[in-house]
Amino acid sequence: MREQLEAIRAAALSAMEGAANAEDLEALRVRYLGKKGDLTAVLKQMGKLSAEERPVVGQLANEIRAKLEAAIEKRAGELAAAALAVRLRAEAVDVTIPGEPRRLGRQHPMYQVLDEIKDIFIGMGFEVIEDREVELAEYNFTKLNVEEGHPAREWSDTFYFTEDSSILLRTQTSPMQIHAMESRPLPIRMIAPGRVYRKDEVDATHSPMFHQIEGMAIDKGITMADLKGTLNAVVKSLYGEDTVTRFRPHHFPFTEPSCEMDIQCYKCRGAGCPTCKGEGWIEVLGAGMIHPKVLEGCGIDSSVYSGWAFGFGLERLALGQYKISDLRLIFENDVRFLEQF
Amino acid sequence: MILSRRWLNEFVDLSDVSDKRFNDEMTLSGSKVETVSREGAEIKNVVVGKILEMVRHENSDHMWVCQIDVGQDRPIQVVTGAQNQKVGDLVPVALPGAELPGGKKIESGALRGVRSDGMCCSFAELGMTEHDWPHSEANGLFVLNSDPDLMARGVRPGEEITQAIGFDDTVVEFEITPNRPDCLSVLGLAREAGATFGRALTLHRPEVKTCGGDIREHARIDIDDPALCPRYTARLVKNVKIAPSPLWMRERIRAAGMRPINNIVDITNYVMLEYGQPMHAFDFSCVDGGHIVVRTAKEGESIQTLDGKDHALTPAMLCICDEHKPVCVAGVMGGANSEIVGDTAMVLFESANFNGVSVRRTATALGMRTDASSRYEKGLDVQNTYKAVERACELVAQLGAGEVVDGVIDVFPNEPAPVTLPLEPEAVNSLLGTDIAADEMKRILASLDFGLESEGGATRIVVPSWRGDVRAMCDIAEEVARFHGYNSIPNTLTKGETTRGGFTAVQKFERALGAACRSLGYDEIITYSFISPSYYDKIRLPEDSPLRKSLKILNPLGEDTSIMRTTILPSLLEIVTRNYNYRNKAARLYELGKIYLPRADGLADEPRVLALGAYGDEIDFFRFKGAIEAILRAARISDVRFETCGDNPSYHPGRCARVFAGDTPLGVFGEIHPLVSALYGVETAVYAAELSFEALCGARGGKPEYRPLPKFPAATRDIAVVCAETVTVGALEDCIRRAAGGLLREVSLFDIYRGPGILPGRKSVAFSLVLRADDRSLTSEEADATMQRIVSALADGLDAHLR
Repeated sequence: MREQLEAIRAAALSAMEGAANAEDLEALRVRYLGKKGDLTAVLKQMGKLSAEERPVVGQLANEIRAKLEAAIEKRAGELAAAALAVRLRAEAVDVTIPGEPRRLGRQHPMYQVLDEIKDIFIGMGFEVIEDREVELAEYNFTKLNVEEGHPAREWSDTFYFTEDSSILLRTQTSPMQIHAMESRPLPIRMIAPGRVYRKDEVDATHSPMFHQIEGMAIDKGITMADLKGTLNAVVKSLYGEDTVTRFRPHHFPFTEPSCEMDIQCYKCRGAGCPTCKGEGWIEVLGAGMIHPKVLEGCGIDSSVYSGWAFGFGLERLALGQYKISDLRLIFENDVRFLEQF
Repeated sequence: MILSRRWLNEFVDLSDVSDKRFNDEMTLSGSKVETVSREGAEIKNVVVGKILEMVRHENSDHMWVCQIDVGQDRPIQVVTGAQNQKVGDLVPVALPGAELPGGKKIESGALRGVRSDGMCCSFAELGMTEHDWPHSEANGLFVLNSDPDLMARGVRPGEEITQAIGFDDTVVEFEITPNRPDCLSVLGLAREAGATFGRALTLHRPEVKTCGGDIREHARIDIDDPALCPRYTARLVKNVKIAPSPLWMRERIRAAGMRPINNIVDITNYVMLEYGQPMHAFDFSCVDGGHIVVRTAKEGESIQTLDGKDHALTPAMLCICDEHKPVCVAGVMGGANSEIVGDTAMVLFESANFNGVSVRRTATALGMRTDASSRYEKGLDVQNTYKAVERACELVAQLGAGEVVDGVIDVFPNEPAPVTLPLEPEAVNSLLGTDIAADEMKRILASLDFGLESEGGATRIVVPSWRGDVRAMCDIAEEVARFHGYNSIPNTLTKGETTRGGFTAVQKFERALGAACRSLGYDEIITYSFISPSYYDKIRLPEDSPLRKSLKILNPLGEDTSIMRTTILPSLLEIVTRNYNYRNKAARLYELGKIYLPRADGLADEPRVLALGAYGDEIDFFRFKGAIEAILRAARISDVRFETCGDNPSYHPGRCARVFAGDTPLGVFGEIHPLVSALYGVETAVYAAELSFEALCGARGGKPEYRPLPKFPAATRDIAVVCAETVTVGALEDCIRRAAGGLLREVSLFDIYRGPGILPGRKSVAFSLVLRADDRSLTSEEADATMQRIVSALADGLDAHLR
């Protein structure tokens, strides 16, 4: 009987190790360990054994059962791993096949630049204001110290709605300075972006409608040093920490002193190249200390309050930032253009 | 303003200052340098040659073989076809390797078998004209010895030609801001340069040699309109001898970008360039009655100007007239009827001050902006006329161009008093954020020829007459800052009271709305605010539509940009069409743009509209509507309703809906009417939406409040009912919701079926319903009861029966 058991063990172990799949393995389990299996059949003959032999053979039979069960489990694990490997191989994909298209829309490049600027000023405690585009000449010119007879007021330069030249399409964002001064409590720190209109034919650098952004701070004791410091900080945020700037005297009717700010050409670092037309510098914006006439015209006591203001064109900034060669692309809105940004 | 560096050196010697330093420092003190160039820069390796020998070419009957001394050890041989030279003449010789204007290169070669080691040049080949060299032959070689002034200066063989003929000045073009017309002159820029480089300005006081007599015996001057002509100063010159100007004067006029003509005309231009005061010279024999009247033109008067063009004059135009007729358009251009010609014997020099706006408008109306008018239009120094006419007469005597009659007529009815200002060093420093000493401020102002007068302990500034732009403390601050250096002002961050700043709720909503559109694949566009009135026809707007009442630009660039849009749809469709025409297969576009609705006060209400447009990529009504719904969900707008909109002429009457939040209309969307698409030439379905930004903003939901997630399972029941075609899904849904009571959580449409098994005119509509209670698991009896109520309500209310 002992020999029988040993024979079963040897045969079963070898068969189990050779099992090719889960079904074969199950069949082996039934054949050797099942109720009608070989091992059970042998054990049924235990009664024939002597009282001394019975526990010894019983123990052997249990050992063999445990061994065979362990062998089944091991083989089952191996077969499962092999089957999984086969499945994974079969499921492999060509990862270079493009994914299912999911197209996100794009913000217009110019408004991306605008949002960047807004965020910079918001971070410095400024507000963003907007106002009307159909404007009174009084706000677009007179209150900004642009006198009657100034060339900018000519019908060749400005779009008018009335014969008496009193209502127009604003030519600059600066009238929003006046609206802010007249309607807001002091101190004021604001930027004011928007559409402006001038009578320029469309070409690579001109458009009858374009965008400007205006900035203004009014408080007690505001100085030109504050203007310079603030603009330097803004330009560094926009163009990078290592941006070099310079300020030049200039003329605007509504600021005095007035200046223009240049940045050192980012291409040639000031040596002179085609990007900066050989000058080494690129003009970025116009600015200055708000003219006392403008403050007084809005009911602000210029002996107590002072302020600075700046303004610049957004299109030129966006064109420069994205290396766009032609202004017309901005307003053409070709999706092949828009999706590049 | 184009400035000759040589001319400048006469007033402030900057000959040791490099181009770069000059340009940088002038720019930083406020005179912005636009370009700098050297005359004759294109000419290379061209020298003065002396013709030693000329023999006929053996194979040509018109060419000469010349032996020329070009300052080298041996003469060189050059073949030329020119005939105006003789042995001993000095001519420009382009040596092998030479370059001429226009990029022409000269090399050694053979002409009809005879070696030629260069080329003899005409002045045209050097880029010059007979105006520059009036004594020399234009059709032939430039014979240098034909110009007496050049010979007097001394020219030697081998010398670089540009240097020998003075064609090597450095010319600097400045961008002069309109507040500084005084800088449209050599003197004005010299004053700026002197202050910039800290060097003294050498001014010249004209001294006029006269021949006796009295101008008043010959001429009379009246100003009819002193507002347009505040001052008119004149002198008379007799026995005029018209001739070319001397070389030094021609050189300076050329370097300044003008053209030498003759001595009298050149003197007027020279003085204009030097003093910034435009002048005019009349042939006095053509001034009827010797009487100058400064008046506006009469209706019907006309004039032929010096450029030969005839102009009708209007009563808005100021003219210089004699007793009968206009002889000059004031400040713009002289008349042909009093032009300086070869036999002019008596000249009246005009040095006048005119109203800038009037000159500009006249020049614009006549389409002739001149060197004079572009100076006058900025408003010139009224004190400059006298000095300028004196300078002109000094030059007349110096050039031997005539004899100056004694006396000056100077009509100057209202001489203004000089402007004075207190020097306020503290105010200046607190505006600039600097700590500049009062003495430094005085030094700067003095260097600009501002007067300084002590008044007790204080200082009064006397503003020079040419500085009409300086009227207040802030102007003085700018003068101080310019020469202290803008870049020496410290950089500080804006001080003062802390402000809260930040985006408003509406601005945040605007950003969120844009982000929602983009997440749905829509690209942002920017369209013009003005459109053509014909665009209203293109979108089939009825003739009597109130939207046709637009603000009209009275001076538009063209019809296409002539009115302010009252609807954003045409702008959107323009862009859709453009993309379609560019063969882009699909486009999804959005814009948050303004429309402009006229108001009674002449201004506009300018509400914003969220416009969306789409074509291609299998877009259909429900895909488009899905995008609209997603945007409304992103805005947390609740109680959204859609109603059929069959009466908007721009949209397909069966595929257009109005959107509401409760009872508030949000806008309209749908498929663009095929007739509109056809008018735009788009042969595919186009979808568009126009949603009021203000309405969306008003309807937007606040901060959402958390609802506990369900703890108990839901029961899902499907239901299919058959109803008439006219019953909408919306009506069925409403009915289901009303009948369901508190347990219904979701209703979703999953099928609409028409066909076999369903009678014509009817349809089968299937919904999936989710029922759930928050506090217990539903029993099937409860779910069945709810379904029973729904089925009955559908049958009773909408004649919709279980399929």
